[in-house]
Amino acid sequence: MYINVQNLTKHFKIKVRDKGLVNAIKAFVKPKYRTIKAVDNISFGIEKGEILGFIGPNGAGKSTTIKMLCGIMQPDSGTCVVGNINPFKNRKEYVANIGVVFGQKSQLWWDIPVIESFELLKAIYKIPEEKYEKTKQQLITKLNLQDLLDVPVRQLSLGQRMRCELAAALLHDPDILFLDEPTIGLDAVSKVQLREFIKELNKEKKTTIILTTHDMTDIEELASRVVVIGKGKLLYDGSLNKIKSKFQSTKKLEIIFKNLKAAPKIESKIIEKDNKKVLIEVDTKKESISSIIEKYSRVCQIEDVNIHENNIDNIILEMYKEYEL
Amino acid sequence: MKGYISYFKTVLLSGLQYKTAAIAGICTQFFWGFLQIFIYQAFYAGTGQNTPMDFEKLVTYIWLQQALLTLVFVRIRDESIAKSIKNGTVAYELVRPYNLYIWWFIKCIAGRLAAVTLRSGVLVAVTLFLPAPYNLSLPISFGAFIMFLLNLFLGALIVTAIMVIIHSIAFFTYDDKGIATVIYNFAEILSGTSLPLPLLPTIVQNICLIFPFWLIGDFPFRIYSGDIPVTDGLKYLGLQIFWVVALIFIGAKILKYAMKKVYIQGG
Ligand SMILES: Nc1ncnc2c1ncn2[C@@H]1O[C@H](COP(=O)(O)OP(=O)(O)OP(=O)(O)O)[C@@H](O)[C@H]1O
Ligand SMILES: [Mg+2]
Repeated sequence: MYINVQNLTKHFKIKVRDKGLVNAIKAFVKPKYRTIKAVDNISFGIEKGEILGFIGPNGAGKSTTIKMLCGIMQPDSGTCVVGNINPFKNRKEYVANIGVVFGQKSQLWWDIPVIESFELLKAIYKIPEEKYEKTKQQLITKLNLQDLLDVPVRQLSLGQRMRCELAAALLHDPDILFLDEPTIGLDAVSKVQLREFIKELNKEKKTTIILTTHDMTDIEELASRVVVIGKGKLLYDGSLNKIKSKFQSTKKLEIIFKNLKAAPKIESKIIEKDNKKVLIEVDTKKESISSIIEKYSRVCQIEDVNIHENNIDNIILEMYKEYEL
Repeated sequence: MKGYISYFKTVLLSGLQYKTAAIAGICTQFFWGFLQIFIYQAFYAGTGQNTPMDFEKLVTYIWLQQALLTLVFVRIRDESIAKSIKNGTVAYELVRPYNLYIWWFIKCIAGRLAAVTLRSGVLVAVTLFLPAPYNLSLPISFGAFIMFLLNLFLGALIVTAIMVIIHSIAFFTYDDKGIATVIYNFAEILSGTSLPLPLLPTIVQNICLIFPFWLIGDFPFRIYSGDIPVTDGLKYLGLQIFWVVALIFIGAKILKYAMKKVYIQGG
């Protein structure tokens, strides 16, 4: 395993304040603390070159885990080792080789043009001139940054900025890329572009990518594997397809036909029907779609078939429900 | 090293863009300078001969202080560091392969240098040519001037090191307002900002000497005007170096400890 997380735990101790002056004074004399188990004994591994989708509802502990994986926050207990390096203990050595995008924050210097931020990063990461020029040109082309380079960051729109952020995180050609909600607030077109870009990056440079998002299409498009956490605990680790087949047992099947002689006998429930089409809710564990189609094909002339899958958002909703999140 | 130098340049250059703020600052500083000079003049007129500092030296002190205010005042704070801790943007500083202490140090000192570059020229140029006794005098000697520059440089390092300590403490409290205010109020008195050290009661002066604040501005200004002889300057220069080393050491330790404890905000 390239990245190895073992029993990782982080608790936040936060001061609790009750309303009112008396309570304020009480809190000052003897502060009350509450402990939040933000990350609770989590273990998983990531292979080199993998894209891992890291999902869970708000407050699940995703960002906290990412912060520990980036080496910027110390775990309370447990370990996290990335290619033999301990991110927190050897922070300076480690971070030279990772790229990070926190969707909610900006890593570009607010007052200066984008290109100057890039130049500064070049100096910080000690990127050799030739390599820098090459990588920079690639990023400019792929992310379409040509017109943005001379603009001060504060004047960029969110989507424009996000493209620049991604470039900034990749100038030094890191082995690992952490993306914490990179598509937040982007329009449909920008999202598609961003996903294409990430896919290509992973394919061409074999960059290991850890991605958190609330947009399940991101996960569907990008991640071969997902880790689901809730309330700090690891709930699932495996392929997206498995989640799908587990939480999406029902699909809707629509058959459009001509000359139906007599309706065939099927186990699944018919939701709608008229003399041209029928809509069936199929529990794929009990009856396969193909067998239903086959039955219908015997008694009529099928013109068209539509299968409606439960969308991924609903599947995740089902899953969160089952885990009582 | 290249990264640090580039960053220094970047902060300096972007600081030099704030010209409007500088013009406003220059006006206020002229106003304060004159106000203080007139108050002292009235005060001196009543006290006769036995003043702890000659009037010309005092005027020179005041103009130097106003001209170099953005370099030597403890109260000038880089808000952006406190803000980045509060909103968690500091995460991006921690994912870079540099030493955060040096980074912040550069940020603070380059910001101060940019501000003082924009302001001091006009103030010095104008006040040098004001009619006596309201003018900034020339340095007492060439030697004193060189010593003054050296002392001022070390003073800038001291104040920067203090600023970084204030920012590092903010890592624990997520807001440096509380701690900063306490330090500012102390510094105001101990640094000669409210009253030049020689005008303070002896006992207070003695307390001041224990702390590093007077070495930031008060000491170089008095070397310039000859209130402290250049020969004594050397002794205090040693003290300045001691404080620079001590404060950097303390600051680096605090920041290192803070980085272990800190909860990075947001996400
Ligand atoms: N700096 C902090 N101080 C105190 N508590 C924190 C801090 N950061 C996070 N928490 C708490 O830890 C828990 C996990 O937060 P985290 O930011 O990791 O969630 P998340 O999975 O990223 O959620 P989201 O999808 O909303 O971004 C939350 O309950 C949060 O309130
Ligand atoms: Mg988050």
